[in-house]
Amino acid sequence: MAKLTDKSTFKCGLGAIQTVHAIDGVLPILHAGPGCAVKVGGGQDLGGSGHYASQIFPCTNLSEKEIVFGGEGILKKTIENAQKVIDADLYVVLTSCASEIIGDDSENVAGKFAQQGDPVIHVSTAGFKGNNYLAHDWVLTSIYDQYLKTDKPTSDQIIKGQVNVFASLPQHDPFWHGNYDVLEDLLLDIGLKPNIIFGHGRGIKNVDKIPYAEFNLVVNPWVGLESVQFLEEKFGTPFFHYPNLPVGAYETTKFLLAVAEYAGLDLEPIREYTEKNERKYYYFIERFANTLLEQRIMAKRFTVVADAQYSLAFTRYLVNDFGINPQKQYATEDVPEKHRDNIRELFQDLNTDYDAEISFETDGFKIHEEIKQEDYLGYPLIIGSAWEKPISAEVDAYYLNVTWPINERLVINSSYVGYDGGLNLLEDIYSEVLQRYE
Amino acid sequence: MAVNLNTAGAGTREERLGAVTGYVGTIKGLSEGSENGTIKERGRCFSQATSCSNLCAVGQLTSIRDVAIIYHSPSGCMAGASRSIKESSKVAGNRGLTYETQILCTDMDEPDTIFGASDSLYDAILEAYNRYKPNAIFVAATCVSGIIGEDLDAITNSAAGKVPVPVVPVHCEGFKSKIWASGFDSTDHAIVKHIVQPARPESERNGRKFINFKNFSESERKVIEELFDKFDLDVQFLYSTTTIEELRRLSEAVATVSSCSALGTYLGTALDQEHGVPYIQTLNPAGIAGYEGWLRQIGEVIGEQEKVEAIIAEGRAQWLPKIEKVKERLKGKKVVVAMGSAFAFEMSRVVQELGMEVVYIMSWHVDPEYDNGKGAERVKYLADTNPDDIGVTVADQQNHELINVLREYKPDLYLSRHPGSVIWAVKQGTSALFVGDEYTAFGYQRLYRWAHTIADLLANQSFERNLASRVSLPYSEWWFNQTHDALYDPTAEDKARQKAEKKAAKLAQKEKHVATLAEKAMIAIEKRPEFENRNVTGTPEDEEAAV
Repeated sequence: MAKLTDKSTFKCGLGAIQTVHAIDGVLPILHAGPGCAVKVGGGQDLGGSGHYASQIFPCTNLSEKEIVFGGEGILKKTIENAQKVIDADLYVVLTSCASEIIGDDSENVAGKFAQQGDPVIHVSTAGFKGNNYLAHDWVLTSIYDQYLKTDKPTSDQIIKGQVNVFASLPQHDPFWHGNYDVLEDLLLDIGLKPNIIFGHGRGIKNVDKIPYAEFNLVVNPWVGLESVQFLEEKFGTPFFHYPNLPVGAYETTKFLLAVAEYAGLDLEPIREYTEKNERKYYYFIERFANTLLEQRIMAKRFTVVADAQYSLAFTRYLVNDFGINPQKQYATEDVPEKHRDNIRELFQDLNTDYDAEISFETDGFKIHEEIKQEDYLGYPLIIGSAWEKPISAEVDAYYLNVTWPINERLVINSSYVGYDGGLNLLEDIYSEVLQRYE
Repeated sequence: MAVNLNTAGAGTREERLGAVTGYVGTIKGLSEGSENGTIKERGRCFSQATSCSNLCAVGQLTSIRDVAIIYHSPSGCMAGASRSIKESSKVAGNRGLTYETQILCTDMDEPDTIFGASDSLYDAILEAYNRYKPNAIFVAATCVSGIIGEDLDAITNSAAGKVPVPVVPVHCEGFKSKIWASGFDSTDHAIVKHIVQPARPESERNGRKFINFKNFSESERKVIEELFDKFDLDVQFLYSTTTIEELRRLSEAVATVSSCSALGTYLGTALDQEHGVPYIQTLNPAGIAGYEGWLRQIGEVIGEQEKVEAIIAEGRAQWLPKIEKVKERLKGKKVVVAMGSAFAFEMSRVVQELGMEVVYIMSWHVDPEYDNGKGAERVKYLADTNPDDIGVTVADQQNHELINVLREYKPDLYLSRHPGSVIWAVKQGTSALFVGDEYTAFGYQRLYRWAHTIADLLANQSFERNLASRVSLPYSEWWFNQTHDALYDPTAEDKARQKAEKKAAKLAQKEKHVATLAEKAMIAIEKRPEFENRNVTGTPEDEEAAV
């Protein structure tokens, strides 16, 4: 069988640019070919013109000369001048396929700046080493390792209630900012002090706070685990792994109670909070139930073709809150083998007689061939990336583009997370459904 | 000057055309330097991320219908695939055509970079055919395939025997050229070398005569088709919405023209040289001088001068009075233009035609000449029509340079054609217009509309004001106080001067050192009278001193 990337939903390791770029005040310096940033840096329509942007990133723009004679010299000049020209709290040198294959010792070049006290760190992100989902953790681990210089905090340095939150992959997940905002609000509401490093107004000052958290919270099936394990080793901070990004009433309540229980909070006021929010959620559901129930032309079955985060989150929501049933689901980001069994189990924890099968196929062609063979017993719902648009049309599905690549909708800071997030998802699904009438 | 189709790839614009991405001077200096071949690359000791020729090459390929393109690379190189496919399928859809082009990638991993990945490329080619039955398979070279030395010609050659369609290598490694436009040439080279067939005798052809028309998008397709219909010609737009079968027949066209001289140079020259299809190189058909000159030269080559003059006369009568009127809204506005190597100069000309003042030009690169050996009219035209000269910097989208140009020249308007650029003027409160459509100022009517668009933009600057008052630029105070070219490598004169200064300083230091040692030695000798009768050069102290 040919090794082939066809309709893929991930980028190469240098896609880690996006993780760096999402931390305010942290500037990537690329030891890379000239086109890498514009290809994998987040780009057009994904919020690519912020305070920093692809065209701001210092880059060695490797040319034939460096490929032949080495690029350490140009990297040194680039780091030196980057610090003079662009203001940043931290400069993160990212390597690429080209700089690593030619054998440049970027770590040494960057290390010399660090030794003289410059805020410069180094991460190996060669594209061929793994995809951007893995590289997200490489970047975080490197920041904690090379930038956070503090010792293990003493117990009186720990800030009561502070929880560092890691969930969606910044920028690659078009809804990342909204997701973090909602999680922040939810955790504040139950009395915790969420500390998030990605997005507006957060940045390096929140990175500085990381060692003093009571615990780290990972809200993702697997992304982010490696770097919180590192934090546990380095600072002794325990972590709570809650694999499901909560969408809608049922899952959001479950999430909040689980976190509260882990944090040792008094559950009584939290139950009041969740109940109040559930009532509000169902107030809207009640009012719009006629629209939801009286579409004669939607099958009771759906498929999600997305990363494990959304595949699990939407499956849980659509099954446990909305009451429809999963056909085969797909987690397409090349989930590492060691996490797969756990994720399979998570797909069994559903309030339906159905067993949801989860496939870890990364090849869009094969996924689409399978979808063609499925009998959804009517017009199904397909939630996926831009790649799923043609196949959705072919099988007469209602189609919603939620994961990257995303080409025909603009997402600024909206989110499907939380109580309102479930309603947002229904709005978007039914805005599709309402376009058909028979 | 000619192109060489015997080589595997097109080579780079640096090699073929003497193109550069670093130059600081004026339009007159650039024009003279281009003519006498003295434009030299000025390197930088600081750069920001630009773009690559692989991206441009594959961008061109993607617009061809129903082919497969395989990146021989890790997955990141194809990250833009979905977006390109969307855009090309929309353009095809606008014509009511289907579009089934696929973009794949060999997904190279670490072992591949060590042991090579020729087998997996070979398998990928066969698999691509089995999956999609494309009409051709193009294999795009990348940084990785180039550095590890993958032999694309050999692999595509052996796979070609296994599938019934052309399997074509495209040599467009990202690191090979600093000029992303070299990627256009890589694709043109591959198409002319591997796809275009010799012209059939006229008796075997069907349909009307046609003209090849190379462009980026097709927003004026209808207007252009109607225009050439008057000459009884069909238009073969390239490469958007073309098929492999259509590309095979490019040799049968009456001529090749382009909307952009930097885009059309290689294909036009290659078809002219290999198949005798005349290449009509003109100013871009933007603005009045560009459009009319373009039409007239086409008229001359196809023998339709009279019709062309009639079209021009009719257009002028209808539109020039209106254009004169809108110019009143734009009078005296200062403009910085920053675009690719053709559009930067072409749109500067158009800006001047509309009565605005071009205060500075930035060009992402410059081709001092084109593949047919002809000089660059667009630069000469501006040089000839601007006795007061205009400042020019050639910079491959170097944002830090752009920022300081904008701060120095404080224009009323910034015009740019490449994604990600206009926002940097707006962040400073300067109005900016994205000139993404190559047909923005095509013909009289579009010019008229564009002039009003600019005036409308300048009439309401709420967006610029609101944003600029709430954001800051990422650059340091130090940088703001530098000239925009402060981080260029020193010029040859600078280097010679620095070398002379260094030499003089070293010499002075050496003399001083020798003098000090001599003095020390003398003191030592004086202090040791027992040595006074011996040869001083033989003393251990002196040997040490000599070192």
